[in-house]
Amino acid sequence: MNDHARATMTADALRTTEAARPKLYYRHALAVRVMHWINVVALTIMLMSGLQIFNAHPALYTGDSSYSGRPAWLEIGAREDAQGRAVGFTRLFGHEFTTTGVLGVSTDDGRTYAQGFPSWLTIPSHQWLAMARTWHFFFAWIFVINGVCFIVYTIASRHLARDLLPTGDDVRGIGRSIVDHVRFRHPTGEAAKRYNVLQKLAYLFVVFVLLPLIVLMGLGMSPRLDTLFGGWVDWFGGRQTVRSIHFIVAWLLVAFVLVHVFEVIVTGLWNNVRSMITGRYRIPQEKRDA
Amino acid sequence: MHDARRRFLARVVASLSALGVAGCDRLSQTDWFPKVLGVADPLNHKLARLATRKAMAQEFTPADLSPTFRSNGTAEPDNAQYAALAANRFADYALEVDGLVAKPRRFTLAELRALPSRTQITRHDCVEGWSAIGKWQGAKLSALLDLVQPAQNARYVVFHCADPMEEGGTAPYYESIDMDDAYHVQTILAYALNDASLPIKNGAPIRLRVERQLGYKHAKYVTRLELVESFAHIAGGNGGYWEDQGYQWYAGI
Repeated sequence: MNDHARATMTADALRTTEAARPKLYYRHALAVRVMHWINVVALTIMLMSGLQIFNAHPALYTGDSSYSGRPAWLEIGAREDAQGRAVGFTRLFGHEFTTTGVLGVSTDDGRTYAQGFPSWLTIPSHQWLAMARTWHFFFAWIFVINGVCFIVYTIASRHLARDLLPTGDDVRGIGRSIVDHVRFRHPTGEAAKRYNVLQKLAYLFVVFVLLPLIVLMGLGMSPRLDTLFGGWVDWFGGRQTVRSIHFIVAWLLVAFVLVHVFEVIVTGLWNNVRSMITGRYRIPQEKRDA
Repeated sequence: MHDARRRFLARVVASLSALGVAGCDRLSQTDWFPKVLGVADPLNHKLARLATRKAMAQEFTPADLSPTFRSNGTAEPDNAQYAALAANRFADYALEVDGLVAKPRRFTLAELRALPSRTQITRHDCVEGWSAIGKWQGAKLSALLDLVQPAQNARYVVFHCADPMEEGGTAPYYESIDMDDAYHVQTILAYALNDASLPIKNGAPIRLRVERQLGYKHAKYVTRLELVESFAHIAGGNGGYWEDQGYQWYAGI
């Protein structure tokens, strides 16, 4: 390596550290980071073991009972075609779709299985209701304890008031924030230290609406806890409606995670991931040539 | 370059998730891991007892009845003795009650029908996820227990059944409940479903209704009640046929 090259490298390195060092901002408190990752593990396992539980009777109904004379609004199943091949189908509000390979019938290790959701999406991977329930109910406790801790923490530490509740300016700026999201225009400088208003609303909706709702709907499937208040599940339409809501909210949470991960990637994957591990976030600067 | 990186990342994610699922499968196969996860069961039971010790299961109206009450599990016990009883319309049937009781005895079907009874329209929730609504009539288990007088140390009622669960007539179905559930108002030995004699597919002549638990606790084809202090010595030792296959003993969730 010649001197010129070495000098250039040093200068580059210096410029990089100078540019980066002062702008690392401590964004996420340790408690938030720990609870975030516990939640990732718990929710992933709850989703996958939940789908295995669903596979034991892959059909959803409304009302108190599954045998009321009304058909299931969603049903996943398997049948044989004229050639004797296994066909997976999904029936949604009376419309039938062939979903071989993903729903109803799937292939794993070269063998074809009749299974609602495919083995790569479920814990355990193959039909085993008892074990799926064992996983689900254990991680339900982890998830609920973690969630209660998070809610207490956000209130006590003022994380909720300071970072999550939208301000008046936020509310007035919703229209602009929507346009910014659609155009992938992300906040820079000071603005990047705060959550934007859509982000705040999404987090609040997930933490205070979807997550409590999915827990409540889970409890609503318990024949023992249904005894409270003379059958409180009927306020939500009955046990089979409650089971449907539990399933729908699970997929709304998946949709949230997809959007969340998408935003994490487009606003700087490593920077975001680092801030959720070490707490440090590099403030994105406005591009001068932009 | 970007494409190669994206392909690499996709492969990393796919391998990690496959590793995750495989890891969970391997953990499920061990002896110890499901036991660790199982700490949640007694916790769930204790919490339910705290909140709902004597609470009543929801009851419904005739308008809510399922058009037909589905049969699940055994529909026709593979048992010659049972077949003989069924052929004679259960005229020779008797329910044996023994174990930790002061007065062990047998109850004929007529004697069971003469006990204080209860009629209830309730929702049956299967562990698989479906529900059905039926009208049940049967002898209150509490009334039967008052006659046989359980000993102080009796902690569970075990229900021995006529239906074998494995080839060759082995592994008879059984279940167990604690004394809280045994004395619960809605716990009955049902002999009628939807105003008719209990059909064979639903557990004739006698099935348990323990309304605040899942379907597998509602033992069908019951032939004997045994009061015990512990069920560790019975079959797999977990208190029921499905419990021996890994299902929760407390089936309130």
